Amino acid sequence: MCLAIPSKIVQKSGNLAVIDVDGVRRDANLMLLEDAEVGDWVIVHAGFAIHKIDEKSALETISFLREAAEFSERQP
Amino acid sequence: MSLKHAQEYRDPVIARRLADRIAAASRRPIRLMEVCGTHTMSIFRHGIRSLLPETITLLSGPGCPVCVTAQSDIDAFIALARKPEVIVATFGDLMRVPGTESSLQLERAAGADIRIVYSTFDALTIAAEHPDKKIVFMGVGFETTAPTIAASLSAARDMGRKNFFVFSAHKLVPPALEALMNFPGVALDGFILPGHVSVILGEDGYRSFFERFSVPCVITGFEPVDILQGIFRLAMQVESGTPALENAYPRAVTAEGNQKARQLMDAVFEPADAVWRGLGTIAQSGLKIRATYADFDAARHFDLALPEPVEPKGCACGDILTGAKTPPECALFKTVCTPMDPVGPCMVSSEGTCAAYYRYTE
Ligand code: SF4
Repeated sequence: MCLAIPSKIVQKSGNLAVIDVDGVRRDANLMLLEDAEVGDWVIVHAGFAIHKIDEKSALETISFLREAAEFSERQP
Repeated sequence: MSLKHAQEYRDPVIARRLADRIAAASRRPIRLMEVCGTHTMSIFRHGIRSLLPETITLLSGPGCPVCVTAQSDIDAFIALARKPEVIVATFGDLMRVPGTESSLQLERAAGADIRIVYSTFDALTIAAEHPDKKIVFMGVGFETTAPTIAASLSAARDMGRKNFFVFSAHKLVPPALEALMNFPGVALDGFILPGHVSVILGEDGYRSFFERFSVPCVITGFEPVDILQGIFRLAMQVESGTPALENAYPRAVTAEGNQKARQLMDAVFEPADAVWRGLGTIAQSGLKIRATYADFDAARHFDLALPEPVEPKGCACGDILTGAKTPPECALFKTVCTPMDPVGPCMVSSEGTCAAYYRYTE
């Protein structure tokens, strides 16, 4: 039931949005979010956006992991 | 591009390195439970098990909403579908789940009006289109789904809708974790906590559970790098003897969770004892509709004559949901029970452990 991948808001009117889920367009309700705009990446569950992805944290975690991977690459 | 923040978390080099670090760190054999059905699917789909050292055993827990739904609730859904004035609206997963006497799918074949919807708002639309009928939504799911149902009930009340009802069989995750810790014979060394239930609950939602049981807990995302990172952190906690509640999915989960969703959920529902397949009755582990929303409560509105609930004969779903058994240990697995002809809910649901084993193992 969970859509594991994030979707992008491509249109918005009031509490209703159109999202792009890996190339497929779907409707999503924004009632459960404080704020969301076109261009935001959101997690959608059962037709409702439930979270706006924290871009900064997404990038931080991955660069931390990438550095750790490169570090262990150098020290086999 | 359309998979932003998913693609990076599938990087095979990072995944490989994390697997190496797990192998280097993990000495003691440990049993970890992934509580969420979406994790189970992702672990199989990405072949995570084959990347792990022998010390680590992954068990699937009670995280498939359809699978944990009690037989008596499935029977109630069927009884509702049989009422001539009712249109049932449901998520697709429930259709083939066998009740004691029938399934929603069989009822539909016999003429019942049952509609598969993608969101509760679709059910509200059906209610507007059929003012002469009573539309009943089958409320199954955890903290991720319950706020969406609450949103539709709040909207139904604002619209003054009189023919929309919810049968609430919702379940809460933290009380189930607690029940698992106390369950005889279930020895777990750590929990891979669900990703999207945690979006709503936040890290804080598990605090009191963690403080009481001091068992390693890591909130984990769904991509391979997320899952391996979660397992790595759990293994490190076990090895160092310092259990902690950690969040390895900060791009989606905050400390406080989605408060707006929780407020809406609290306005509509209140905790109540609930029966889980496999785990039995767990105190305050379900959600019932509050008296202020009584007009929308299918359990209050309809008189339901239910059969004595009987679970499918020979089905080991109950043991599978607690991690006591794996699907190959069920005598019916792959012989009698297949996704085409499922015997129990763990084979019906796409998130069910039996369905995952069927699809991804030899
Ligand atoms: S294989 Fe089928 S019968 Fe056996 S536990 Fe799973 S769902 Fe039940």
